Amino acid sequence: MVAWTSFKALYLSRLREFYRQPARIFWVYGFPMIMAVSLGLAFQNRLPDPTQVDLVANDASKPVEAALKAYESRAASAKKPGLVLKISPLETALTRLKTGKTPLVVEPLAAGPSYHFDPTRPEAIAAKKAIDDILQEDAGRVNPLKTAEVEITEPGSRYIDFLIPGLIGLNALGGGMWGIGFLIVNFRIGKLLKCFMATPMPRRNFLLAIMASRLTFLAPDLAVLLGLGVFGFGMPIRGSLLLVIVLDVVGSLAFAGIGLLIAARANSTEAVTGLMNMVMLPMWLLSGVFFSSERFPAAIQPVVRALPLTQLISALRMVILEGAGVAAVLPALGILAAWAVVAFGIALRIFKWT
Amino acid sequence: MTDRAIRVQNLRKQYPGRDKPVDAVNGLDLDVAVGECFGLLGPNGAGKTTTVEILEGLNEPTSGEVEVLGRNWRQHATEIRERIGVTLQETRFPEKQTVLEVLSLFRSFYRHGLEPAEVIARVSLDAKANSYVEQLSGGQQQRLAVAVSLVGDPELLFLDEPTTGLDPQSRRQLWDVIRDLHNRGRTTVLTTHYMDEAERLCDRVAIVDHGKVIALGSPAELIARLGGEHIVEFAVGGDAPALDAAVFGAIPSVLDARAEADGYALTVGEPHLAIPALLDLLEVENRPLARLTTRQVSLEDVFVALTGRHLREADESNGAAREKPKRGRRGRAGAGRG
Ligand SMILES: Nc1ncnc2c1ncn2[C@@H]1O[C@H](COP(=O)(O)OP(=O)(O)O)[C@@H](O)[C@H]1O
Ligand SMILES: [Mg+2]
Repeated sequence: MVAWTSFKALYLSRLREFYRQPARIFWVYGFPMIMAVSLGLAFQNRLPDPTQVDLVANDASKPVEAALKAYESRAASAKKPGLVLKISPLETALTRLKTGKTPLVVEPLAAGPSYHFDPTRPEAIAAKKAIDDILQEDAGRVNPLKTAEVEITEPGSRYIDFLIPGLIGLNALGGGMWGIGFLIVNFRIGKLLKCFMATPMPRRNFLLAIMASRLTFLAPDLAVLLGLGVFGFGMPIRGSLLLVIVLDVVGSLAFAGIGLLIAARANSTEAVTGLMNMVMLPMWLLSGVFFSSERFPAAIQPVVRALPLTQLISALRMVILEGAGVAAVLPALGILAAWAVVAFGIALRIFKWT
Repeated sequence: MTDRAIRVQNLRKQYPGRDKPVDAVNGLDLDVAVGECFGLLGPNGAGKTTTVEILEGLNEPTSGEVEVLGRNWRQHATEIRERIGVTLQETRFPEKQTVLEVLSLFRSFYRHGLEPAEVIARVSLDAKANSYVEQLSGGQQQRLAVAVSLVGDPELLFLDEPTTGLDPQSRRQLWDVIRDLHNRGRTTVLTTHYMDEAERLCDRVAIVDHGKVIALGSPAELIARLGGEHIVEFAVGGDAPALDAAVFGAIPSVLDARAEADGYALTVGEPHLAIPALLDLLEVENRPLARLTTRQVSLEDVFVALTGRHLREADESNGAAREKPKRGRRGRAGAGRG
């Protein structure tokens, strides 16, 4: 009976401590939301940038200018990328080209327009191609092959859809580091851990209470980010919500284990923050929170894939965006569970209680 | 049943040091009777904290016998923990919890204990029962730490430097709490480097230096061992070279004479004999008297007589001594998330 009383008291005490700290609530809930919204807006699928081009003012420039202006007015009504056209003398235009202020200078000559550009700059090549097409078509070119363009802007394949599972994973990682690792080291520094150990309260209850409160906080963590995605951006949840929750729980247990491991012996704020950075930085960089981890060279892919955050995020993306089932994410669950078991095992073995 | 609360024999604790191992506790013996208020008095670094933490089951001895309430830590840890209360040298409780919540939390750890409200009343924190820990002054936080150690209604209470760094009023309030416990027949072991605290509160005192008990007895007994009851402290003016303290040893009724930083201290049996003789001597030597005070012998003098150092000097000369705890607004406690 006493065993459960102390567990319950410790658990409630953790919840109270958290909800009484508005600053912490901001960092846990507000900050990821702001990040999702701002990155979601910044990488919103919108019209490509207009093509920048400098036209040399000379005897032959009038028809070219007319052709480009005509294109611009058509583009505006068809919601196509427009032009940023600047007309200047040859000297000025070439200086602007050399100093990188414009990617392309069009010099109309009697024989036809001449393009000045740096072929090693991709945007210069794109600009040249775009302007050439406009001028060729204006001159009467008819494309022999009819092509169609299919644009993907449907929910599920936009940046925001990619980002939300990444942020869910990042929150689970942060929760394990701050909510377990940093918390316990602070208890140790403040001698609260020692004070607990001087009472008959079983150590197990202390750990269980911290784990239970961590898992409790997953509910709002997950609800806030999924809610933002679904209701704010129309993100689909194609797979099972239950499977999403299971993944988040197992992932959080892996991070809780790692948090406990870094807290096992550290007895200063410097030590624990150093260890936390050592754990978090590689995962922030390599685990594909903000862009796909598959872009890294094949040589480091085994390392990238072994990281728990990579597994959690890619499994979450598979379930949320592709509707994957349990079977597809079983390997990820296995790797996460292995991290949890190994980390807890080592942490409990080397943990310094007093 | 035993009427002994604590028995310690030949206790040793060695820490690995930078160049050579540190013998924090070096063959220490103790016997504390049930109902006694027992003091461990010694300078910083003497080994007091190490000793009590071993008694509290928070530290492992390198060797030696330890028995607490007739039990030993290897076999009866949980049982002992149910029956003792521990106030560490400095504890930071979670800052966003109220006094009542902290005590209710600790109350939940014990099978039997006191009502949190009752403990709050005992340490006179009633007015702060619903304040957050972060709003408490240093003295109030220390009283909370004592309250936490009382909430399991312990038979044996450990207090490690309970008043270090506190203002005089907070110290007196804590002394009242400790006296109240004594009146209830509880056993208390307290460490301190304030001799006046040990003198006022403790039935018996062990003076500890370099991990050993160098004197043991009631404050009155220890003082009586010096022979005299009074200390005469004085300073002389003039530019002449300092006098050798031994000159004063010959004065009637003077038992001991020593030079201090800015004068001399004489241990004296009967001041009415010694002082006139001292004044005559200074007149003969043609030294004007710059200062003269008399006071009762204290445990401080006992420590000086035994070690040749003051408790405070010992503090400062001991390089390994811990930093004095900072009170008042403390750092972050209980940070992090669920
Ligand atoms: N964990 C430790 N590691 C190494 N040395 C220690 C440790 N704890 C205490 N000491 C050393 O042991 C000696 C006794 O310390 P302590 O018991 O804290 O003394 P006190 O409480 O009387 O001030 C000191 O020299 C101290 O530096
Ligand atoms: Mg100490």
